[in-house]
Amino acid sequence: MSTRTVLSSEDIDRAITRIAHQIIEANHGTSNLVLLGIPTRGVVLANRIARAIANNYPDFDPSNSVGRLDITMYRDDLDRKPTRAVTETELPAKGITDQTLVLVDDVLFSGRTIRAALDALTEYGRPRAVKLAVLIDRGHRELPIRADFVGKNLPSSRDERINVQLTESDAENQVVIES
Amino acid sequence: MKHLISAADLSLDEILSILDTAEEMSVVNDRDVKKLPTLRGKTVVNLFFEDSTRTRISFEVAAKRLSADVINFSAKGSSVSKGESLKDTAQTLEAMGAQALIVRHHASGAAHNLANSGWISSHIINAGDGKHEHPTQALLDAFTMRKRIHGSHSRGKSLDGLKVLIVGDVLHSRVARSNLLLLRSLGAEVRLAAPATLLPANPNFLGASYYLGLDDAIDEFHPDVVMMLRVQLERMSASFFPTAREYSRGWGLSAERLARLSENAIVMHPGPMNRGLEISSEAADSAQSTVLEQVANGISVRMSVLYHLMSGETRE
Repeated sequence: MSTRTVLSSEDIDRAITRIAHQIIEANHGTSNLVLLGIPTRGVVLANRIARAIANNYPDFDPSNSVGRLDITMYRDDLDRKPTRAVTETELPAKGITDQTLVLVDDVLFSGRTIRAALDALTEYGRPRAVKLAVLIDRGHRELPIRADFVGKNLPSSRDERINVQLTESDAENQVVIES
Repeated sequence: MKHLISAADLSLDEILSILDTAEEMSVVNDRDVKKLPTLRGKTVVNLFFEDSTRTRISFEVAAKRLSADVINFSAKGSSVSKGESLKDTAQTLEAMGAQALIVRHHASGAAHNLANSGWISSHIINAGDGKHEHPTQALLDAFTMRKRIHGSHSRGKSLDGLKVLIVGDVLHSRVARSNLLLLRSLGAEVRLAAPATLLPANPNFLGASYYLGLDDAIDEFHPDVVMMLRVQLERMSASFFPTAREYSRGWGLSAERLARLSENAIVMHPGPMNRGLEISSEAADSAQSTVLEQVANGISVRMSVLYHLMSGETRE
């Protein structure tokens, strides 16, 4: 098995800063913005993006704009994998109705996770718009879903494994590809 | 996990996983839309050979909130009264598409038999078998204790060091047995208090120490949790105590005994309660009582159990 680093720690920081700017640009500012991370690493990334936004826009309050959305119970492959642990869902106190909501995940692959996330969202409210931010888009979509904000497009083979490591949940801060 | 037959089958990790998932289910139960698509298209049968209100309805609500289809079967008014056997009944239900059977039966071991006989391949959940076990009751009791102690920080916590006193009809109680096994796995210290006639033949039942007086138990053990058991008159073929009044005097949780418990101690009862026999209305309706919380938590815990059994790879 060979391992290759595709994003270094600095690359990740730059991608997050860029995504933060792109989100603000698309939203015409920070008003009515909610970031929801999909566990595990999407939550880490959502918090990092929120910090990057707050650095430039002091009126943006991450504590009332960032949350996490567990999508386990909405997956369509529950019969194909071992039983998954269910984790907490936490939404900002202002809710998601009429907000511009940005879903954040680490890797966009088949699109099925995002499909499940969209289903889960309908239980919590009606956002004005839902956008998708991912650190890595590796292709191989199985559903008509695309990301609005992408850290890096990484065309890959299905046999390869993309491993996102972030210091909040892992030892390193990098993205490696294993084949 | 394929079946849930006994609380002894569960490892600490499995118990914590079920209780933690139940925390998420209880959040769903507080939402406006109390429904998840998780078990859509699956069929669950409530196979009840004994009367039940809360367990059957609780399982029915739990399965429906996970979008499963639920069929209720009660032995009364079915072909069982024409003499159909447990095996034939179960095979018939499975032939109609049931993927999980929730079984309550008056015979100890009925659920175990269905799970291990090779008659059927459905998931089996033991919802009470004779005097043997009632594992989901123990899970919901543990969940309720954890919630009272740790509140919204319950996730991942065990019950280390918690002192639990189980009082009353231990001899006939599947709730007592399942709780003893489960609570011990969670690190709690469990003791029994019962009249000698209502203790099992070997009074060191599953290694738990016991008291022959409720007052001694309260004063010496200082329990954090007092779990009152229902006096199961329907299972009593002989007289185990002289009169109901005498039982109530010696073993009932009266207002006076309630006042002697520590301020934070909680009072549990699996229901249905015999008010005035094993528990006074003062105790049952006090702020320390968790009776209704236990019922509400039962739905969350049973949703979690159904999720753990019915999702995940089917190994066949």
